[in-house]
Amino acid sequence: MADTGTDPATEARSYRRRRSSVRREGAGDRRPSSRRTVRRRRPGSGRPGPGEKRRARLRQTVSIAILVLLGLAVLVVPPIVDLDQQQVVLRQADLPPSTDHPFGTDEVGRDVLLRCVYGLRVSFTVGIVAALVATAIGVVVGAIAGAFGGWTDRILMRLVDTLASVPHLLLGIFIVAIFRPSLSAVIASIALTHWLSTARIVRSEILSLRERPFVDAAIVGGATRWRIIRRHLLPNVAPQALLAATLMVPHAIWHETALSFLGLGLPAHLASLGNMINDGQRSLLTGVWWTSFFPGLLVVVAALAIAGLAGHLRDRTDPQRRAELML
Amino acid sequence: MKPSAPPRPSLAAAVWRLVLRRLLFAFPVVVLVSAGIFVLGKLSPFDPVAAYFGVRILRASPEQLAQIRQDWGVDDPAWLQYGRWLSRLAGGDLGDSRLFSQPVSTVIADRLGWTVLLVGVGLLTALSIALLAGVAAAWHRGGWFDRAVTSLAYAIEAAPVFWLALAALSLFAVQLRWLPAAGVSDTRADVSFAQVAEHLILPAAVLGLAQAPWFVLFVRQALLTELASDYVLAARARGLAERAVVLRHALRTGLLPAITLVGARIPELITGALLVETVFSWPGVAAATVTAATSVDFPLLAAMTLLATVAVLAGNLLADVLYAVVDPRVRADG
Repeated sequence: MADTGTDPATEARSYRRRRSSVRREGAGDRRPSSRRTVRRRRPGSGRPGPGEKRRARLRQTVSIAILVLLGLAVLVVPPIVDLDQQQVVLRQADLPPSTDHPFGTDEVGRDVLLRCVYGLRVSFTVGIVAALVATAIGVVVGAIAGAFGGWTDRILMRLVDTLASVPHLLLGIFIVAIFRPSLSAVIASIALTHWLSTARIVRSEILSLRERPFVDAAIVGGATRWRIIRRHLLPNVAPQALLAATLMVPHAIWHETALSFLGLGLPAHLASLGNMINDGQRSLLTGVWWTSFFPGLLVVVAALAIAGLAGHLRDRTDPQRRAELML
Repeated sequence: MKPSAPPRPSLAAAVWRLVLRRLLFAFPVVVLVSAGIFVLGKLSPFDPVAAYFGVRILRASPEQLAQIRQDWGVDDPAWLQYGRWLSRLAGGDLGDSRLFSQPVSTVIADRLGWTVLLVGVGLLTALSIALLAGVAAAWHRGGWFDRAVTSLAYAIEAAPVFWLALAALSLFAVQLRWLPAAGVSDTRADVSFAQVAEHLILPAAVLGLAQAPWFVLFVRQALLTELASDYVLAARARGLAERAVVLRHALRTGLLPAITLVGARIPELITGALLVETVFSWPGVAAATVTAATSVDFPLLAAMTLLATVAVLAGNLLADVLYAVVDPRVRADG
């Protein structure tokens, strides 16, 4: 595709393409980047070796194992463990990590590990729901823009560009602030700021699908536009959408913790990871580091594990990208 | 240039065209964002008159309330209010911040310098880390350093900025007591250069570290791409030293996009500043925005959102202009 020959115009275009594909990082951008072309053309110099492949597989296995473990903890612990995460034991306040309390206890003597499990549950729920809503918005907008084209496309994409010009967290803060912090406001603020990349991916995917013979066949067969979108286009973008949704979950969790940390997120009685870090911040100056450290560590572990899972999904859905181990 | 090459537009003309086109795009964006902010403000259950009175609203007479509602034009049709707000914005009047009891423009003017200082030093830190680590990692691809850098980059990328900030605060300010924890100067000390420098280290380092992974991975990838290209092969065939091949040939070309892309990272820098300033009680605009949000100071919040949008658009423009300036090939592309 992108010829890295001597023609300056072609070269500049491939240059720009590379840049724009980097700018829209993540989220399964399928633009043909010159990077991959170069790799395929020159085996040996740029292609990952067998060691890298093995490590990538190991990373994916570990990620999935961690996710299963976290999932089990989140799903199984709350119903079966006979401990109250809200139980206040003032005599055991601010205990450092020990065998009794692996993550220590907080300022009113609650077990940090137990609260982390509950916090992870809340954060996961918010993250997954928000990612699903955002993906749904993105798929609908992207499909309409791609399938209808013309002015509809132009207006919708201008809207996407406009929203992309406002920093996500700032817009999120704005939305939450004026609608009062609550669970639904947080989910809305995440969903409304994160559908842009999905819309772009789905649109470009649909634009290329529209040129394919089976769509022509459907048109000749007399299918209506909506039927073509529903039966022929959407099923083909589903893998991309799933991948985008998976990659969005850590973003959404990150967003939720950031909002909660700023005091603009979930109500204080819901133990989300962000709320716990916010609580822990107060006792940090007295040397109690564990109440804020461990919830944050869980965010990192969960985000990395989900990224590993996304890499696995990508390999499964798109064998062409197997060579590309970068997330 | 060979005589047979197609004529290229001059640099000034190309840049001018680019700026003009971007401004044509930016204007509707800013108007649209301001309209969005206004609509959201109207949809919210927040009542500016009630907020102005606070608890005193219980003692205010209905006539007083009606008078204020009329003076402020709260009950006018929405398009009229929006037009009024927009024309005031165009005239440079951003309204009054309820929280700071000052005009919004004063609040911003007082604090913008601190934010620019923090973000600037943080960005320089990130770029230095990226240049050193990215080049070293790409040079010995697949080696232990490369693997360590790449894994660490992903880990830091996944970590919330405020968590990194809290960890650094806990370790260096509370446990080791090497550095001050908050503000720009010690209590009762004057704001002097030494004081500010000492207080700047932690927040700037955290912001730089949090921004570094993306740049590191980018520099590494860009360098790897260049190392696989024809001219590097040619340089190697000529028997040049590895140092010269990597640093003089590949790095120069590979770095172009990385440097220009700084402008496109403005949104992430703003996000980072919001969180880092809050943790370290840095007196910048970003922390003020968070405070404005928690106390629903609508004029300040709206002004900050607009300001951030303008900054992002300016950053994109800067990236494109820089790119056209340093890379003549882009100009031909128009």
